Amino acid sequence: MSTAGANLEVSRGSNVLAAGYDYESVTDKISDIVLKRKSGRAWRFSFALAALFVLILTAAVSYLFLRGVGIWGIDIPVAWGFAIVNFVWWIGIGHAGTFISAMLFLMRQDWRTSINRFAEAMTLFAVACAGMFPLLHLGRPWEFFWLLPYPNTMWLWPQFRSPLVWDVFAVSTYATISLVFWFVGMIPDLATFRDRAKSRIARVVYGILAMGWRGSARHWHRYQTAYLLLAGLAAPLVVSVHSVVGMDFAAAQLPGWHSTIFPPYFVAGAIFSGFAMVLTLAIPLRWAYGLEDFITIRHLENCAKLMLVTGLIVAYGYASEAFYGWLSGNEFDMYMNVNRALGRYEVTYWVLIFCNVVTPQFLWFRAIRRSVPLLLVISFIIQTGMWMERFVIIITSLQRDFLPSSWGMYYPTKWDYATLFGTIGFFTLCFLLFVRVLPAISISEMRELVFEQSGRPHKEAA
Amino acid sequence: MSITILTWTHHGWRIGKVSSMTTDLKEHHDTHGEADELESAEPILTGLLAEFVDVDGVVEGARKTRAAGYKVWDVHSPFPIHGIDAVIGIRPTILPWLVLGGGLVGLVSGLGLQWFCNTFDYPFLVSAKPLFSLPADIPVIFECTVLFSALTAVFGMLALNRLPLLYNPMFKSVRFKRVTNDRFFIWIDATDVKFDEKTTAEFLTSIGATAVERIED
Repeated sequence: MSTAGANLEVSRGSNVLAAGYDYESVTDKISDIVLKRKSGRAWRFSFALAALFVLILTAAVSYLFLRGVGIWGIDIPVAWGFAIVNFVWWIGIGHAGTFISAMLFLMRQDWRTSINRFAEAMTLFAVACAGMFPLLHLGRPWEFFWLLPYPNTMWLWPQFRSPLVWDVFAVSTYATISLVFWFVGMIPDLATFRDRAKSRIARVVYGILAMGWRGSARHWHRYQTAYLLLAGLAAPLVVSVHSVVGMDFAAAQLPGWHSTIFPPYFVAGAIFSGFAMVLTLAIPLRWAYGLEDFITIRHLENCAKLMLVTGLIVAYGYASEAFYGWLSGNEFDMYMNVNRALGRYEVTYWVLIFCNVVTPQFLWFRAIRRSVPLLLVISFIIQTGMWMERFVIIITSLQRDFLPSSWGMYYPTKWDYATLFGTIGFFTLCFLLFVRVLPAISISEMRELVFEQSGRPHKEAA
Repeated sequence: MSITILTWTHHGWRIGKVSSMTTDLKEHHDTHGEADELESAEPILTGLLAEFVDVDGVVEGARKTRAAGYKVWDVHSPFPIHGIDAVIGIRPTILPWLVLGGGLVGLVSGLGLQWFCNTFDYPFLVSAKPLFSLPADIPVIFECTVLFSALTAVFGMLALNRLPLLYNPMFKSVRFKRVTNDRFFIWIDATDVKFDEKTTAEFLTSIGATAVERIED
């Protein structure tokens, strides 16, 4: 494509973008992943594996619809089993995407540029997985619209004092805003795909999605205003969504749930597991498509630093729960803490402490933060740990409440596991498809980064 | 038989007559008359497209275009150019005010919805708590405010930009495909009072354009 008049603006090289890139080579590198490259063996193998798990999910959900939630291990007193553990875990994972796309944008962090697009996609797919669970858990999932306020023949309305109703609003707003924010950010890149696609079908599809974008300065002006406003609106959602999820628990009176620390501690945990997922996705992505120049060690290191910070907040949360349980002198709160550490589910508690408190301490070391294989291992451990955290919070509080006569146990069934791993397959499948059909890195923002780092930034217009 | 239709063209809304009854079309197809009719329509020059290779070039070009007194013109670029708004003279968009309005509508609807449901239409006493209590209503009010604001930001931006608009005569230009890659363009519209095909083309070359292209519709 390169003809006369080569671009004068070439990146000089920095810790967020390697040297020697101009606008066209950035465009080529990112758009070729979709428009030119064939899906490799690794991609096809992962796709097949993910599709297998989606089939397992389909089977598990079909059987659930046929037989009801009795196929899961839930019963009284533990009526919230894997479904709610998985819901909280998935929705937490999404938070890092919003944190990157909204908060880091408002703070003008240049290391956001090459990771925001796929992190936002991660958010969307994680929210899609999360959203399944409360609906599947309903017992009668086909009546899901009863959650919404609509005029009905029963003359009933939702009870707005319930945090569960807040959750419906929080999660659906979060999903909607994540979707539009992601899509708006993608419009200029879809136009690039429209102009570069070889096949007619691709040109038509990308053309419709790009909506006639032609890079007009007037359009850019309103576009940037809209994007900034969306970032400003999405930023409080980073905090609010998981706060509301935290209040689902905090508003109940169970020991181990009824705690004011829940909203902030849930938000920190969400960003903690979310950055672990960002690393889990970024590391194979940069390896598979040779994107090491765009997603640099600096990006991975920054994610690791954020995991360390949020991990410390989470550890503080555990310590404060234990401390206030003891300080309160309340018999039930003290017993809750003992039961978590030494009760029937003690293994899950110590796994959680190892994964979420001990493991992140390795991130104090620069050499570990810059080691790609170690980061991948640590990110897996942290995600496991955060899943365990939700398991411990939900199960141990429900199985031992105030009256020993109502104590019980919870044993997940194969259907519980099938649904959990099925959603992991669904998430992976969505992400694999996304990488092959949409720009995984924002091309227009990368061009802007090339310009800013070309060493001849534009003189401020007078 | 003919009908009058209203079409959006680059020059604005246009009223025209089209013979479009089924039988007429069939006749046209038989004689290939329809294709002839389309081809015979005289292409109209809609403007000139000037290509630039770098940011400094297009910004300097834009400054000179404005100084030369052109009014109906635009800059097209593969990424937003910082400071170009002031050079072209683009006034701040009203979008933030629309979003504020959307947010306020969301706030009032969120509050109104909860008051209507739990206080007015189906008052139900729970643990002797007040039927209307603002603290319990805040999360839903917040979510509605954010949702309405964000949707206003997205659809407001699209509406103000007149998007989606899938067709534009500029898209006929092969050169213009690089506006989504690595080239910068200044567009001077034929409707500009100062527009003259020859002098405008010369002007665009003089301000550093590497290519000037006629765009017809």
